[in-house]
Amino acid sequence: MTDLQKRALLKAAALTAVASAALVGCGKKEEPAPAPVPAPVASAPAPAPKPEPLKIAFAYVGPVGDGGWTFAHDNGRKALEKEFGDKVVTSFVENVPESADAERVIRDMAGQGNKLIFGTTFGYMEPMLKVAADNAGVKFEHATGYKQADNMRTYDSRTYEGAYMAGVIAGAMTKSNTLGVVASIPIPEVVRNINAFTLGAQSSNPKVKTKVVWVNGWFDPPKETEAATSLINGGADVLFQNTDSPAVLKTAEAKGKRAFGWDSDMTAYGPKAHLASAVINWGPYYIKATKEALDGSWKGGGGQWWGVKEGAIDIVSIAEDVPAETKAKVEEVKKGLADGSFVIWKGPITDNTGKVQVAKDSAADDKFLGGLNFFVKGVEGKVPGAK
Amino acid sequence: MESYALLLAATLNAGTVLAIASLGLLINEKVGIVNLGAEGMMLCAAIAGFATVVSTGNDWLGFAAGMGVGALLAAIFGVLVIWLNTNQYATGLALTLFGTGFSAFVGTSFVQAKIPERTSFAVPYLSDIPWFGPALFRHHPLVYVTVLLALALIWFMYRTRNGLVMRSVGESPESAHALGYPVRRIRLLAVVAGGALCGLAGAYLSVIYTPLWVEGMVAGKGWIALALTTFATWRPARVLLGAYLFGGVTMLQFHLQGIGVDVPSQFLSMLPYLATIVVLALISRNPQWIRINMPTSLGKPFYPGA
Amino acid sequence: MLKLEARPEPSKIWTYGSPVLALLITVLIGAVMFSALGKDPVKGLEMFFWLPIHNAYALGELMVKATPLLIIALGLAVCFRSNVWNIGAEGQYIIGAIFAGGVALLADASSTRWIVLPILLAGVLGGMVWAGITALLRDRFHANEILVSLMLVYVAVQLLSYLVGGPWKDPMGFNFPQTKTFESVTRIPRLFDGSRVSIGALLALFSVAALWVFLFRTRSGFALQVGGLAPAAARYAGFSSRKALWMALLMSGGAAGLAGALEVAGPIGQLTLYVPAGYGFAAIIVAFVGRLHPVGMVFSAILMSMFYIGGEMAQSRLGLTKSLTGVFQGLLLFSLLACDTLVNYRLKWRTRGGA
Repeated sequence: MTDLQKRALLKAAALTAVASAALVGCGKKEEPAPAPVPAPVASAPAPAPKPEPLKIAFAYVGPVGDGGWTFAHDNGRKALEKEFGDKVVTSFVENVPESADAERVIRDMAGQGNKLIFGTTFGYMEPMLKVAADNAGVKFEHATGYKQADNMRTYDSRTYEGAYMAGVIAGAMTKSNTLGVVASIPIPEVVRNINAFTLGAQSSNPKVKTKVVWVNGWFDPPKETEAATSLINGGADVLFQNTDSPAVLKTAEAKGKRAFGWDSDMTAYGPKAHLASAVINWGPYYIKATKEALDGSWKGGGGQWWGVKEGAIDIVSIAEDVPAETKAKVEEVKKGLADGSFVIWKGPITDNTGKVQVAKDSAADDKFLGGLNFFVKGVEGKVPGAK
Repeated sequence: MESYALLLAATLNAGTVLAIASLGLLINEKVGIVNLGAEGMMLCAAIAGFATVVSTGNDWLGFAAGMGVGALLAAIFGVLVIWLNTNQYATGLALTLFGTGFSAFVGTSFVQAKIPERTSFAVPYLSDIPWFGPALFRHHPLVYVTVLLALALIWFMYRTRNGLVMRSVGESPESAHALGYPVRRIRLLAVVAGGALCGLAGAYLSVIYTPLWVEGMVAGKGWIALALTTFATWRPARVLLGAYLFGGVTMLQFHLQGIGVDVPSQFLSMLPYLATIVVLALISRNPQWIRINMPTSLGKPFYPGA
Repeated sequence: MLKLEARPEPSKIWTYGSPVLALLITVLIGAVMFSALGKDPVKGLEMFFWLPIHNAYALGELMVKATPLLIIALGLAVCFRSNVWNIGAEGQYIIGAIFAGGVALLADASSTRWIVLPILLAGVLGGMVWAGITALLRDRFHANEILVSLMLVYVAVQLLSYLVGGPWKDPMGFNFPQTKTFESVTRIPRLFDGSRVSIGALLALFSVAALWVFLFRTRSGFALQVGGLAPAAARYAGFSSRKALWMALLMSGGAAGLAGALEVAGPIGQLTLYVPAGYGFAAIIVAFVGRLHPVGMVFSAILMSMFYIGGEMAQSRLGLTKSLTGVFQGLLLFSLLACDTLVNYRLKWRTRGGA
């Protein structure tokens, strides 16, 4: 490098350094001056100092405005803010990918003084474990996962209960006896939901069959639209989804078919097509977890799986034209799930190859459901990737 | 049988977005400019169109907004590559990156917005013909406009004087300049027109095809539209064909899943892209063929007075 | 009116000054955007330019983010200098990750530490194979490499999805589409405790030096560049354009594959659906902003990483949306391209006709 070049480079570097230092210098001045020490009061005892609000952070995999999964979590966060007022301070980061970046974001949350951190998707499992190992004083809550630690536990919702209730309605409303499901990724949760939906439909209408199309993603409205169109073209007149956007409902609306909302109430997206929405209320769980964190009873390890009984799952905004006896049936199922008298997965359950998976007079337990890998009779096709 | 009529209908619909964008890019490439910013333009136009329909309820205003935004971004791109002679590929990529981020940024407040109910269209009488009716005559007007657009482009480029001038600018800007034509202005006009069409495609996507806004919703269609222009050897009729072919393969993957074909869905999802590669390879195999059809100055900068 | 007048030779000052000016323009527009959003512009800029470098951990994270970007960009620089437009580096990254993951899955707790070497080599091989497809199609069929390499990105994404959802799925993983976590022996060794920086950073720096030598001191590097700048002259000099094509694509494919291997056997530790992180596309900007020069790309990789990390910080601390990162990156590239004209042209006031 010639002298001239070296000088130019040094000039440029110096300029940049000066510029950044100046910016940073200005930035630092903005920090508020430390609060003034209160003057000692002579007689009256000083009031007990207000406890520092508990800092809670949420990591979301999608945008808060997705109208589906993340929207439901954010509603839960808002519910917990309402419940605890100024005892808590919440914050969130959205669109955190389920990759190496997640670790940095979650670590930053812990570093920022958040004492309770919620990770709202399966893919944060490993990053959260790593950050939990390095931050013993912070409590980690991981949704839909299965690994735990002393300061980390898991939580999930029995979305299949909502799927079953939707199925009851679908079976009653279909005229072509063909139901369509726009499915996301073939994990056990989605397989459970497809099965529960079909079982529910069969309880209203034993003749139904279910077609499934996979979009291999959680949130992809254009692809969801195409998948929904394809199902409708193939004869389905009631659609169900396990993806996170209202695209399926909108497609049904445009084509004069019926569909359900998922994760959140999606009535507004397709008022004519909407039959009901199977929603998840994360509020009750978030409130419970925060209460435990505030009063010191929070314990790590273990996982919670909440459903209708705990107020985490519900089916809402059932359409007017659903016949009264179907509505009554759904209420009955809801009551049965709430008090434990109704079991969705009771035998005999046969898969669609004819094999009996759950014997007569027995019921599937949570462990069995956790690794569910087959489709029940009435669902067409194989579970992708099942061995 | 009925389902195949519907499959054809879905194909035409899916292909329309690609066709409009690709025709726009064709206009660009015919004057010798490669605009890799298609994806970014389509995304910005998509949010512009969607936002306009949310606030005014008028679809056509939405399309106009989309076209306007596409034209504006294309104009910025055009000034950079035509007057400042910046590298076309890099500038186009910058446009895509910027457009992707900017549209997501502006669109954050619209993610949950809903637009008024979409009307369904049907050509009177023709839409009642069995099989052909549902397949061909129940589409949004833009689907038909696309076909007209392709025809208009063919007429303009090959049957009018201005079209000839445009093509000659693409073949040899130096000669056109020597003959006294305002080469740079013509190129800018073409770039802006192309951008407007990409914008229309983006707006159609967010207002009609999937009436929602989601960041990144163009999902690669801009790139596919670019591929289509080469695929179609820069002829409008072939662009249409290629667009519908691609749309068809896209819908086919779901159709095949639905009828229970036992191929993993990921391989079915690969089909459209593999198909594009195969056709590209076959078409490009004969270098003479490409050379005959490709605008000679494609991608190269033009220096008047050099 | 303002006119552009060609300089007799490229301006030295502006060759170095143009990126700085572009950065300043970007910062300015950024500050304006922050104010328009009602956020303190200085705090906003602090997120992007101070926080990512303000302590050792942050610097480590910066390295973790910059390493794959730099490595891929180094390979892309070879391509772009030869006028081969490899837009599909993302696909080569994914296939490199797949090959590397495949080798890593073969390991068990008793494997030797040296398995890291075959893992990295597998990554390089994977990237080369994928880029080789593009090279083959361009060589035999004259197919445009921009489009082929891009289409192959989508194919690679689906291939990954198939493998982690099917044959390579973790049998203990409750059917989630991901492989098992790789054994600890397969992990890329870290440089320091308490930071995620791995030897990948060293590999990146070594590659910078290697590229510099290749481009500026070897005959083939020279041949590649001449082929890119003046194809006719290259042909006359006997430089084979076919050899250049293959060399460029295989080198950039190998680089992208190496980056994929480093990520997958490093910070991620398994194959999941989320391996594609957009590095292949971001590296294109890194390459351009760094002017396709090895040393320049080190700075631009660090700058781009600051934008990424800053975007995350801005979201978690200021409530700004993460998409700002893309806006900044696009703006930077635009400004750079515009400012680059100043290298070859002078701005002058000229009046028409007489005085």
